[in-house]
Amino acid sequence: MPTVFGIPMAALFGQVVLGCVNGAFYALLSLGLALIFGLLNVINFAHGALYMMGAFAAWLLLGYAGIGYWGSLILAPLIVALIAGLIERLLLSHLYKLDHLYGLLLTFGLALLLEGLFRQQFGVSGLPYAVPPELQGVWNLGFMILPIYRGWVVAVSVVVCVSIWALIEKTKLGAILRAATENPTLLAAFGVNVPLLMTATFCLGAALAGLSGVLAAPIYSVNPLMGSNLIIVVFAVVVIGGMGSIMGAVVTGFALGLIEGLCKVFVPQVTATAVFVIMAIVLLVRPAGLFGKRR
Amino acid sequence: MQLSRQTLFTLALLLIGLVLPHFVYPVFLMKGLCFALFASAFDLLLGHVGLLSFGHAMFFGFAGYVTAHAAREWALSPELSILLGVLTATLLGLVTGWLAIRRQGIYFAMVTLALAQMMYFVAVEAPFTHGEDGIQGVPRGLLFGLIPLNDPLAIYYTVLAIFVLGLALIHRVVQSPFGQVLKAIRDNEPRAISLGYRVDQYKLLAFVLSAGISGLAGSVKALVFQLASLTDVHWHASGEVVLMTLLGGGGTLFGPTLGAFVVVIIQNSLAEAGSWVTIIQGAIFVLCVLAFRRGIVGTLSPWFAKIGIKV
Repeated sequence: MPTVFGIPMAALFGQVVLGCVNGAFYALLSLGLALIFGLLNVINFAHGALYMMGAFAAWLLLGYAGIGYWGSLILAPLIVALIAGLIERLLLSHLYKLDHLYGLLLTFGLALLLEGLFRQQFGVSGLPYAVPPELQGVWNLGFMILPIYRGWVVAVSVVVCVSIWALIEKTKLGAILRAATENPTLLAAFGVNVPLLMTATFCLGAALAGLSGVLAAPIYSVNPLMGSNLIIVVFAVVVIGGMGSIMGAVVTGFALGLIEGLCKVFVPQVTATAVFVIMAIVLLVRPAGLFGKRR
Repeated sequence: MQLSRQTLFTLALLLIGLVLPHFVYPVFLMKGLCFALFASAFDLLLGHVGLLSFGHAMFFGFAGYVTAHAAREWALSPELSILLGVLTATLLGLVTGWLAIRRQGIYFAMVTLALAQMMYFVAVEAPFTHGEDGIQGVPRGLLFGLIPLNDPLAIYYTVLAIFVLGLALIHRVVQSPFGQVLKAIRDNEPRAISLGYRVDQYKLLAFVLSAGISGLAGSVKALVFQLASLTDVHWHASGEVVLMTLLGGGGTLFGPTLGAFVVVIIQNSLAEAGSWVTIIQGAIFVLCVLAFRRGIVGTLSPWFAKIGIKV
């Protein structure tokens, strides 16, 4: 069997794929966080809870409405976006005039609340969600075995991230969004409904989290705590990438997933801390983050 | 001699603290006091410098680990074990603070949270913490070689003394010229810089002080419960201390203490009810942020001010 640096090739590529899958989730989640932060100046601590709710929405749709994976892929993000819209309208929108820290505290409270409710209802043991039949099985690429579902997750994430990037950089709507990030008061003077834009942005970010949840359901078991541990890593990813650019969030997300995967092969004991160590180093060298502008 | 109302009020509180263990289960009170000191130390940053740290559990929890390890494996006396715990937290605070003060506001919160999560994984992996089991059966020992801390009242009064000294220290720091500069930084950082203050050094010193006192609280808690576990380094603990401060009232002398006791009471009375503790904590968080941003003591303080008492 061929080896690289004394590591079997298959094991190495296996971890690279796992790293890419993790990176796919980091990218989708940090993209949503960056979108929300850019316009609303809120760090959405409840992002992990929204991701968890996406997974649960898929599980519940299957169990109670008989709607399978493909339906959930559309419906679950919509449901999550709807809930997020209510959260933004009813709670978050009252805090925009205050210190931004209150937004963080509110969403932290919401994260606890939602996580607690789901734990009360469903317990902490994971609920199984099957890989859809169309995506079961593996591809033999010659040098490695690729489970089709993992490849699918990475592909969806890349496509969605690029589409969001194109939406923001290349369309009229995106131009309005960028203008709102730059100067909301001026934009409102031009007759754009900025509060509505904020709600829509929050919903879009939440929908991305919900989508990640559905994608994650067949890989990780559906579990009330699945979001909270992930979201802290995503925060570190966001600090490393800086909030400046959409592409920055995506690239950093994938890169860190990959680095984590490689750590698992070469120095397994530091895997859990790798992202945080990188964050500390980035803070020393470039405090504003790799792609960030100081503001 | 005419005692001021302020002195009378403080003495009354102290008296309550002295007689309460004869009526209420002392371990419960000590839990409250440990968290009260922890929350007060945290508020030194949030209420007085305006820095929201979301990673204070690492100081609290790691100091507990070191104290527990020193007392159990090295058989050190309680005062030395606590001292080692506080030193650990102070050093940890120095490194974390040095990294975190490079960013402001929300970023500061995220950086501290991420660093604390890193320390959580260190605690999970490191052999001396015994992972999921934690360090159990920590001996309380003899304080200064004289006072047997296994006696419930002896350890209660020791904890009370440490709490009072800790709170007095925080109060002193806040009232000092140093504390006034911290307030200036909180209210208008660019202005403080333009007045020639080395803002970063002030922030760092406040961070280190806060970390050290949080460590003191964690060390004492490890001796009280004879246990150091992952619970105290988890981000939930970091969130809890934010909740205590927010609920009690940030930037006040007694707010974090009151908040800590309320949260501990909620935890104890709902201990059997599983996730309801988390749900209720989340709900209180949301309510506090939306409608009750000054906290209990912050809301009552104008009323107390009328009768000449600063709370």
